[in-house]
Amino acid sequence: MTPAISVTGLTRRYPDQVALDDVHLTIGTETITGLLGRNGAGKTTLLRILSGQEFPSSGSVRVLGSPPAENENVLRRLVLVREDQAYPDFKVSHALRAASFCYPNWDADLASSLLKDFGLRAGKAIKSLSRGQRSALGITIGLAARAEVTLFDEPYAGLDAVARQIFYDRLLAEYADFPRTVLLSTHLIDEAAALFENVVVIDRGRVVLDTAADGLRGMVTTVSGPVLAVDSFTEGRPVWERRGLGSQASVVMVGQVSGEDRERARSLGLDLTPLSLQQLVVRASGWAAGAGSLTERTSA
Amino acid sequence: MVREMAGLDEGGPLFAQVAERLAGEIADGGLAEGARVPSTNELAAFYRINPATAAKGINVLADEGLLDKRRGIGMFVAAGARATLLARRRAEFTGRYVEPLLTEATRLGIDADELIGLIKECSNERGGVAV
Repeated sequence: MTPAISVTGLTRRYPDQVALDDVHLTIGTETITGLLGRNGAGKTTLLRILSGQEFPSSGSVRVLGSPPAENENVLRRLVLVREDQAYPDFKVSHALRAASFCYPNWDADLASSLLKDFGLRAGKAIKSLSRGQRSALGITIGLAARAEVTLFDEPYAGLDAVARQIFYDRLLAEYADFPRTVLLSTHLIDEAAALFENVVVIDRGRVVLDTAADGLRGMVTTVSGPVLAVDSFTEGRPVWERRGLGSQASVVMVGQVSGEDRERARSLGLDLTPLSLQQLVVRASGWAAGAGSLTERTSA
Repeated sequence: MVREMAGLDEGGPLFAQVAERLAGEIADGGLAEGARVPSTNELAAFYRINPATAAKGINVLADEGLLDKRRGIGMFVAAGARATLLARRRAEFTGRYVEPLLTEATRLGIDADELIGLIKECSNERGGVAV
């Protein structure tokens, strides 16, 4: 099957910086992928290029099999919801009507039910919306568009935890009813982690991690306890970090922990604590100073 | 904040946790043999996880012959699944419960006789399990 998104050797240069640096990426059809990275890592530039709003300096970009730029056949099957999206319309209902003309699979009932969940009235003037309400409108449009390629760029500025939960639950329900390719950029990794089939981590314009999300869980573990026991347990294993205090040690160890390992740790009196996806991504992308990397990096 | 996932945690692959939960339900009789197993989408909505992850969890049990696939209807608990799972748990009992108990007892200087006494005392209080 043709992948939904296929990017090869994509570079985007601005006068003062390189936003994307030789990015290679393949996103399978009907998957939910988390696009993760620090602010300024290049996530927004990538999403803008995928949605034809910006052009590559070099490299090739294909969405639904074709280059997206100025390609009506691709763009009407794609929706991008941006952080702090601006709307030219007067009322919420006008923004929805405009969207219904743009997107062939638009579902008006779904849009009304999402507005209701978010507590947003269709008659409300857009300029009077709070930041969170504007985000709720963006999410409503993004989901009700039922576009084959659905891109969310940090879509929930100003949304509280309850409203974000509504977004995650509705996204999963919608994906189940009407599968589509979703790319969601976020820095709330722990919150959104379970939604993702794959995660792509970008750091300084480069892809530093591109893998199945579930495979990362339990892959890195903190082993702590008496120093001799910790050393014996972690011997011959890749280790990211080692700290000690008196007779106690704590070591961050890479590799799945088997049932046998667990028994052994227990008999040695060791505690095993897995790193969460967020902690893992932070380290993998070099967010924490001096941290090791899960992938080979070739940065200069 | 990690999202509430109906008891799943970030400690290991979610698909394995889903498989373990389903196996537990079958072993406890909550899912009887012949009963329909929740669909991928039902599990995904309940645990708030990606449907592909839920599907992988179901497939673990199907590959072990604990679930039967009926085309176009769904997955069902296979005959003999409960007995298989209970036998597996029994085999794991020593490693999972007895050995850690002994490790901690040794650390505290509790010998085997004292430990057996404690277990009997506890069991009598519950009026339950015969020791």
